[in-house]
Amino acid sequence: MSTEGLTTTEYIQHHLTNLHAGEGFWSLHLDTIFVSLVIGLIVFGTMWLATRKATAGVPGNLQNFIEMVVGMVDAQVKDTFHGKSELIAPLALTIFVWIFAMNAMDVIPVDLLPLVASWMGISHLKIVPSTDLNATFAMSISVFFLIYFYSFKVKGFVGFGKEILFSPFGKFPLLIPVNILFRIVEDIAKPISLALRLFGNMYAGEMVFILIALLPWYLQWMLGAPWAIFHLLIITLQAFVFMMLTIVYLSMAHESH
Amino acid sequence: MNINATLLGQAITFAILIWFTMKFVWPPLLQAMEERAKTIADGLAAAERGKHDLELAAKRSAEIIHQAKEKAGEIIVSGEKRASEIIEEAKANAKAEGDRILAGAKAEIDQEVFRAKEQLRTQVSAVALAGAGKILGREIDAKAHNDLLDKLVAEI
Repeated sequence: MSTEGLTTTEYIQHHLTNLHAGEGFWSLHLDTIFVSLVIGLIVFGTMWLATRKATAGVPGNLQNFIEMVVGMVDAQVKDTFHGKSELIAPLALTIFVWIFAMNAMDVIPVDLLPLVASWMGISHLKIVPSTDLNATFAMSISVFFLIYFYSFKVKGFVGFGKEILFSPFGKFPLLIPVNILFRIVEDIAKPISLALRLFGNMYAGEMVFILIALLPWYLQWMLGAPWAIFHLLIITLQAFVFMMLTIVYLSMAHESH
Repeated sequence: MNINATLLGQAITFAILIWFTMKFVWPPLLQAMEERAKTIADGLAAAERGKHDLELAAKRSAEIIHQAKEKAGEIIVSGEKRASEIIEEAKANAKAEGDRILAGAKAEIDQEVFRAKEQLRTQVSAVALAGAGKILGREIDAKAHNDLLDKLVAEI
């Protein structure tokens, strides 16, 4: 425990506080932005590097690994989405890889990077961007806008309007308000559930790691190792779920009910 | 739970990453994968074709060998037949030649015998004439008894 001079509550709160700049809405969580950006640069830079040397012949280890991921995403997209889109497959890949990488920061020991940061005079550091609601909502709201963009683009203003008014219950005039209400609930639920599911899973996982870090050092492995191993599953699963639901939502936007 | 401008920053980062993936990561990788898949499929098809060709060739060669064996058997049989024919022919020829030679020899012998008989006959008649002449002397008219003599000669 690196909790010199801190009570347990203070320790936990310290770990759950973002590095802040500014006040009110126009403020930034510097750690979230910085970490997610660096992760993005590393991961997507690596992928780009692999594509530079990509051959149709025998692939190298890096290309092979990235092709496995790309192939998995491609298969999921082809299974679920039957339209033609330049965007959806790369979008799904971006979501999966980025979220996976951000989640994976969770298995770095909770005290390590904040300790290093404290040497450089940085007071707070939350290293898992996906435990920040801003990061998860940024993605889910982007997806939400894409859903509406494609709904209008594919079905047209009239077609999409009809869908809002007449589905799911039908054309009967009295049902139109009910239909609209359902639609509103459904569409608001989409980004909120996407963002909160990811946030909740990662936040809870992080919390457990923090609590484990409060144990005496010689006992930590007993809970820390199983939880970290289990958490690897959650990390992958949450990235996959976010990607999968995005594909599903966007394919729903492409197809009429 | 504080939502703030971080959200906008994250959304911008997200958008850039999507654009980057769409532009630089996805197309070349997928193209390489599709090309490789095509190469592999072609290779498998070629292998399948080769296997098929091999099977056909094996079948054809077996057929050819079978035909050749049959033909060889036929040739042997006909050769044996021809050989026995030739032998029979030769036997027949030899027999005929032998018969012919035998017949010729017999005819020659007969001729010789006949000629010897003729000679003997003429000589006997001359001897008889001479003997009779000597016995009878002048009294015998050669002309008158010639007929008798000839009859005698013929009887011999």
